[in-house]
Amino acid sequence: MSADAYAVTGAILIALGFYGLVAAHHLLRRVVAFNVIGSGVFLHLGAYATRYGPPDPVPQALIITGIVVALSATALAVGLVVAHALASGRVALPEEAEDD
Amino acid sequence: MDAIVVLLAAPLAGAFLSIAAPRLAVVASALVCVVAFVAIGLLGAEMLELGPAIVVPGNWGVPLGIGLEADGKAVAFLAMTALVMAGVITAASVEFAPGSGRRSFGFWPLALLLWAAMNAMILSRDLFNLYVGLELLTLVAVGLVALSGKADALAAALRYMIFALIGSLLYLLGVVMIYGAHGMLDMGLLSARTPAPADGLALALMTAGLAAKTALFPFHVWLPPAHAGAPAPASALLSGLVPKASFLIALRLWSEAMPDIVRPEALVLIALLGAVAVFHGGLLALRQVRLKLIIVYSTVAQLGYLFLIFPLAGGEGAAQPWSAGAWSGVTFHAVSHALAKAAMFLAAGLYMRAVGSDELGAIRGLARSMPMTTFAFGLAALTLMGLPPSGAFTGKYMMITAALASGQWWWGVVLLGGGLLSALYLYRPLEALFDGEGPAEIIRPRRREELAPLFLAAAAILLGIFSAVPFDLIYVGRPDAAVTGL
Repeated sequence: MSADAYAVTGAILIALGFYGLVAAHHLLRRVVAFNVIGSGVFLHLGAYATRYGPPDPVPQALIITGIVVALSATALAVGLVVAHALASGRVALPEEAEDD
Repeated sequence: MDAIVVLLAAPLAGAFLSIAAPRLAVVASALVCVVAFVAIGLLGAEMLELGPAIVVPGNWGVPLGIGLEADGKAVAFLAMTALVMAGVITAASVEFAPGSGRRSFGFWPLALLLWAAMNAMILSRDLFNLYVGLELLTLVAVGLVALSGKADALAAALRYMIFALIGSLLYLLGVVMIYGAHGMLDMGLLSARTPAPADGLALALMTAGLAAKTALFPFHVWLPPAHAGAPAPASALLSGLVPKASFLIALRLWSEAMPDIVRPEALVLIALLGAVAVFHGGLLALRQVRLKLIIVYSTVAQLGYLFLIFPLAGGEGAAQPWSAGAWSGVTFHAVSHALAKAAMFLAAGLYMRAVGSDELGAIRGLARSMPMTTFAFGLAALTLMGLPPSGAFTGKYMMITAALASGQWWWGVVLLGGGLLSALYLYRPLEALFDGEGPAEIIRPRRREELAPLFLAAAAILLGIFSAVPFDLIYVGRPDAAVTGL
């Protein structure tokens, strides 16, 4: 039961994150949305680990690796957002309106 | 076999060295080239005798360990990567000479990491390991797009990154579902799994993610600004190599890991998107006035061809006699496109530096003052049009044969129509280059900068002339029925 609760929470996070990634224009918001989706996917994967019998250690190893990858992607994205803001004075992509 | 490990470790080691000692970056890259060519040669020779080579590092058996496997297609893609890298490294050793600022400091580690990521994705058979490779490739490619540091390049890099991250997450979600249903991630093991209800959705998610990264229509909008905004050697890597890796994974999923659950309509849908990309990219290429944008839209079109293989070699087609020809055809096509496209970008970079612009009006008549570069550009154009004797002609011929053998002649029409369209859009830059006297004062490229595109374009042509050895090599690892069928 509790594993399913984690899986459902993961699914909700994924949905929220995708909405944010597509609907938000502010680039930092999009970076945050990407991380929300990532957390949802990892939660989902973690829920699988306890679904049948004794906990399966492989998903934990995958999640740790995934978190490292997501962290690197976030670092690069934030770096690009800052560089783009300094070079263009904008926090959204060129053809998109800046929301606040 | 050790060659597989060397092919993963050498570019990584080179990347670290080029960060630790930036002055040695070119030497390190050249060294990696030599090591890689030797390793690929040994691997290919071994495979022709013994069949596919498999390594499980650390001796942890699959599924706990992660399997690396080189079959014929893998070696062809490895060789493609090494050849393009060699050409680009030669050309970039002038533009990004060590010690010439931030851009040159960034280029070398990024290029070598890109090589490591390509090799990892070509050799890996573990879905999660492929995810890590996919992310490494994406982050490095985004870095290359942003290399110039200008506002529009940064915006293009960000747009690319948003698409690529959505693609990664979709792919990862599919992988998670596969693990949840089967408790394993190795493609070989998955092909023998008991099908689960969620498999179809998982495959769809992974395919959508990979399609976004391969810039399949309609996910291609990020590609033109990203590839056109990067410096020429970076564009050559981005356009020639990067999309091929995600394409290879998608094709392996559909034809090797889970062909049993694939529905014929889904295969037709993917190929239809590819066909739309061929015509959409081609028509947009016709309307561009900048050389680099013509080349970029040609990439959108040429990537579309690759997806025509899905109904020929995916799903039930995977076991049919024509699938071997389709696989070989698409491999020939992918490799010759990579070589020709890299040559074209390098040549375009030289024109751009010579006259300060890549507008068709500005490069008018440059054939007279830059004959060697223009010869390379012409050879590359021949390959992109799919004319004999290029490797792309061999590839197209085999794909058309497979399309006819499988009773799906309409994909052959797309291949021929796309070739015609590419002749039209490449005629315009060629006509401009050969028109008139050209400007009197230009910035001349160095000799080795002119040799690099010529080497790449010539390799694409030679691939068609000496196609027998690569032909045998690509077949290694195919089921027997699929080899002897046609």
